[in-house]
Amino acid sequence: MTDHQHADHAHEHPTWTQYKWVAIVLTVITAFEVWIYYTPFKDSPFFVPLLLILSAVKFAIVVLFYMHLKYDHKLFKALFTGPLIIAMCTITALLFLFSKLKA
Amino acid sequence: MATAEHTHEHVHYTATGLDNRKIAIWAFIGSECMLFASLISTYLIYKGRSIVGPFPHEAWTSPAGQVFKPILNIPVTSVSTFVLLMSSLAMVLALAAVENRGKPGYVGTALGNSKLWLATTAALGATFLGFQAFEFTSFVHEGLTIRTNLFGSSFFTLTGFHGAHVTVGVLWLMTLLFIDFKRGLTPKDSLIVDICALYWHFVDVVWIAIFTLVYLIK
Repeated sequence: MTDHQHADHAHEHPTWTQYKWVAIVLTVITAFEVWIYYTPFKDSPFFVPLLLILSAVKFAIVVLFYMHLKYDHKLFKALFTGPLIIAMCTITALLFLFSKLKA
Repeated sequence: MATAEHTHEHVHYTATGLDNRKIAIWAFIGSECMLFASLISTYLIYKGRSIVGPFPHEAWTSPAGQVFKPILNIPVTSVSTFVLLMSSLAMVLALAAVENRGKPGYVGTALGNSKLWLATTAALGATFLGFQAFEFTSFVHEGLTIRTNLFGSSFFTLTGFHGAHVTVGVLWLMTLLFIDFKRGLTPKDSLIVDICALYWHFVDVVWIAIFTLVYLIK
């Protein structure tokens, strides 16, 4: 294997068992999200923050394990997280600008 | 040696030692993050500002006395979300099957059958599109089109863009499946499967955000 190939494929990937557990965790979190939607908890002030946290956890799990970003080159991490941070800042700024969020 | 040189004729590495195709797909995914951020922002800004119904979470009675139910169907969308999450599992198994072709534990087993996992991923993606077609059709029958109100405009634009991305992903997967049937995908082809997988998982994570922001949060 050449240096180039080594640099590109040096990362290890999760095993089938890890993939299976990732799928189970994603399914359980999704089922929990839908379940609390049908409970009185949905009127609680903690409902939206909890859903956003659970969604962020699912997002991170897919990116880290299924997209292998946890094991991949730091340049790929930068190429993804840089625009993602800009995107999240843009959403937050626009929601403040249009009075959907209040300081 | 001759084989190694021959392989390098077709591969373009950058100064970082990384294949430029993989850098390109990550840069593309980064740009897609901003595209979907703009669509999600638009949806959230317009949320609750429609003057006429139907509305996503509340019933509405028109001036003519016609009653519209809350339009979002959470149980159906929950199932389609589950289908898309499982397609991501099938996709990583397809990549693992190609990368590990010929290795112990993969030869002659379902885990090593890349055709099976590519076909499963494409089928689950097509099923998701079927759910979306059903949802769009039922919304139109219930009186919500892209021109009805701000909710309809932003909802169909956001989910329509996502559906278009899923459609591209299914076509991409079917192309890989065709190549696999035609000449067989080998570990040397793992990068082209990896690039498709990255796109597919990105489509999945976008839906994770849409499902929470559009469907579950009132």
